[in-house]
Amino acid sequence: MLAYILRRLLQSVVVMMVVALVSFSLFRFVGDPVSTMLGQEATVADREALRERLGLNDPFVVQFADFVTRAVQGDFGISYRLQQPVTDLILSRLPATLELAAISGIFAFVLGLGLGVYTALKRRGWLSNAIMTASLIGVSLPTFLIGVLLIWIFAVELQWLPSFGRGEVVDLGWWRTGLLTPSGRASLVLPAVTLGLYQMTLIMRLVRAEMLEVLRADYIKFARARGLSDRAVNFGHALKNTLVPVITITGLQLGSIIAFAIITETVFQWPGVGALFINSVQFVDVPVMAAYLVLIALVFVVINLIVDLLYYVVDPRLRADRGAAGH
Amino acid sequence: MTFDRLPKARRSAALLGGAAVALALGAASAGAETIRWARVGDALTLDPHAQNEGPTHALNHHIYETLVGRATDGTLTPRLATEWGIHPDDDTIWVFELREGVTFHDGTPFEADDVVFSLERAMAETSDMKGLHGAVESVEAVDEHTVHVQMEGPAPLYVQNLTNTFIMNREWAEEHDVEEPQDFAGGEESYAVRNANGTGPYTVAERDPEVRTVLEYFGDHWAETPEVSEIIYTPIAEDATRVAALLSGEVDIVQDVPVQDIQRLQETDGITVETGPENRVIFFAYDMGSDELQTANVEGNPFADPLVREAMHLALDRDAIRQVVMRGQSLPTGVTMPPFVNGWTEELDEYPQPDYERAQELLAEAGYPDGFEVTLHTPNDRYLNDEAISQAYVGMLDRIGIDVNLVSQTRSLHFPLIQNRETDFYLLGWGVPTFDSQYIFDFLVHSTEGARGGWNGSRYSNPELDQKIEALATETDLEARNEMIAEIWAQVQEDRVFLPVHNQLLAYAMREGISLPVHPENQPSMTDVSFED
Repeated sequence: MLAYILRRLLQSVVVMMVVALVSFSLFRFVGDPVSTMLGQEATVADREALRERLGLNDPFVVQFADFVTRAVQGDFGISYRLQQPVTDLILSRLPATLELAAISGIFAFVLGLGLGVYTALKRRGWLSNAIMTASLIGVSLPTFLIGVLLIWIFAVELQWLPSFGRGEVVDLGWWRTGLLTPSGRASLVLPAVTLGLYQMTLIMRLVRAEMLEVLRADYIKFARARGLSDRAVNFGHALKNTLVPVITITGLQLGSIIAFAIITETVFQWPGVGALFINSVQFVDVPVMAAYLVLIALVFVVINLIVDLLYYVVDPRLRADRGAAGH
Repeated sequence: MTFDRLPKARRSAALLGGAAVALALGAASAGAETIRWARVGDALTLDPHAQNEGPTHALNHHIYETLVGRATDGTLTPRLATEWGIHPDDDTIWVFELREGVTFHDGTPFEADDVVFSLERAMAETSDMKGLHGAVESVEAVDEHTVHVQMEGPAPLYVQNLTNTFIMNREWAEEHDVEEPQDFAGGEESYAVRNANGTGPYTVAERDPEVRTVLEYFGDHWAETPEVSEIIYTPIAEDATRVAALLSGEVDIVQDVPVQDIQRLQETDGITVETGPENRVIFFAYDMGSDELQTANVEGNPFADPLVREAMHLALDRDAIRQVVMRGQSLPTGVTMPPFVNGWTEELDEYPQPDYERAQELLAEAGYPDGFEVTLHTPNDRYLNDEAISQAYVGMLDRIGIDVNLVSQTRSLHFPLIQNRETDFYLLGWGVPTFDSQYIFDFLVHSTEGARGGWNGSRYSNPELDQKIEALATETDLEARNEMIAEIWAQVQEDRVFLPVHNQLLAYAMREGISLPVHPENQPSMTDVSFED
């Protein structure tokens, strides 16, 4: 077990290094940070001097080695755009993204599960058909469009919910939360729905398919023959058996919710790390871009690691055949 | 002068106490109104000399003050300086008489020494404002309220460079170790990035970068009390969301209104839109100086031929771009100079109507009967509809046989191409912060030498004109100077150094009952807001 964990950790480190290297070499194609940092009066000499101060004239290998050495110590340098330490900047924006991801994850899971079970049980009902048709919209419309549509309906026309921002936040010292104020909670609704809609549809369709599969199984027929109530059969036996793959997928989707929050955050002016990243790309703020990509890689690596370890705990076959681990 | 004494009067009134005084105070701050202001991006920093950038200056103008201000009609107005002029005995010295009775937000009185400190700070190696103060040799406080700026030579227009150079307090800067602007290589955040101590009409009550900034009226400010007592400033990056926030009543003023939404907003009940020209001209430029083009499919340089340049001018249908691309929101022009700039005339502004037949004849005459191929570089996120303007012109050039390959990219990739002379043909917009032709000549017309010609991607080089431009910088006789400006423009127009398209229009949308005039530098001041209620 210990050797397995160590091996997985080692692999994770290699993955992180590769992500850092790839993202770092991509920045050369994003543009010249110096041209956006200096005003239009700057001379060639001014630009050259700033380039030298930033270390942009050093060879690629030196820049990368420097980046990794400092990143390992948690120092990602200073933002070219906002002139604040990148680590502080990301830590101050992370709570907004994590709260949004958590709420939209819960929304997607709970609603997806409920609707999935309903449409599986009432397969031929008109409501089920309507839900299934509507869910096609959820998977096919781009997030951006859904966000703008929701803003127009709920903020402009009905004026029920705010169109942008995070509302009033409460500072807990190391975490700024919007969950404790009414305006903070109201602000969460539209972005969470926008972000979670795709995942919700995915989970709903998955639950439905799994449910239909399980409902045809012999043990369900036996359970019904035993005269158990519908409730006990559907929820006690059928649903329980559909949950294993659903939980796996949901766990893996959590990573993409955090990563895909970029678009939702931009549409709703949500002050999270995704919006920070987009603004940084436009300004060629290399330190922030590098730190963000490494952070997202870390999120995926950690989630995958946990999932792998869970498999190891759940599935006894993996323990017998170590060679197959991690696949 | 009565304005200056207002805060003092209020202070002494407050000392008297009593209900009547409270009533009087209530009347004095009648405009206890909050304004919620949104635009596309936030100020990058509160450090007034670290970034020479529009939105940063726009916010800082509320917190800090400059010696002279820029009114919405483009003229200079007194701010911290009440009078200014060239020293009567020495034309290399600028004299500034400072306003008396001004205090910083922390209560320290404003003195000449603060101006000395601030101008020196603006000239520091890490300052982004130093380009505007290149001709300054030294700054001296003659007495508590007089400052002499010693220039390297006569500099008749130096005062025009001061409209965005903010005055800080020396003691405050020393106390917080911010005597110089942020050095990015330093790796640490400077105190001045998120804290400020200015003399401006508003103090910073809350600053959460890119989320929310709250400014409150500074009771001891020297000027007339503005109607707006509190400003809540929120950047909203997405066009659709920004407009939605105005329509849903969550913000009162939206500064960057997308061109395609202007008409719809004008027709919406409860919303008014103010438009006005921005101090920024949009133009195409081509490499007319090199022997060979980098992207053309013909030998030599077709742009070097005056006939080709004339043909390209005749192929540009500015009215069509105005109607189709800009939906009426632009002022087509025939000169690379916004109308506010000293040197602008109606004759220069006139532009020719397109004549495709004549253009084709000219091309044939120049030896390109079948045209040629070339690449046009355009930004796609810097100016209003920049990419669409270029696309439209590509179609027009196609009609006369010039086959253009359009490369559209983000500004951080586009501008280095011009700075490094890696493009043959490009779109550029030029704002003129000094409101004088000199600024255009220095950067766009003069040959590339030292601090001049940095943006001369036309590779235009005319030694005679270079001399005139240099002489212009030190000519103190304004009449002679204006004649020289006219001569230089005549030559630039004759040589067709640029292909001007239009001046951009700015649009501010706001809740009905509010009025805010458009500022040519897109730096509106909330002290100019008035309420009709």
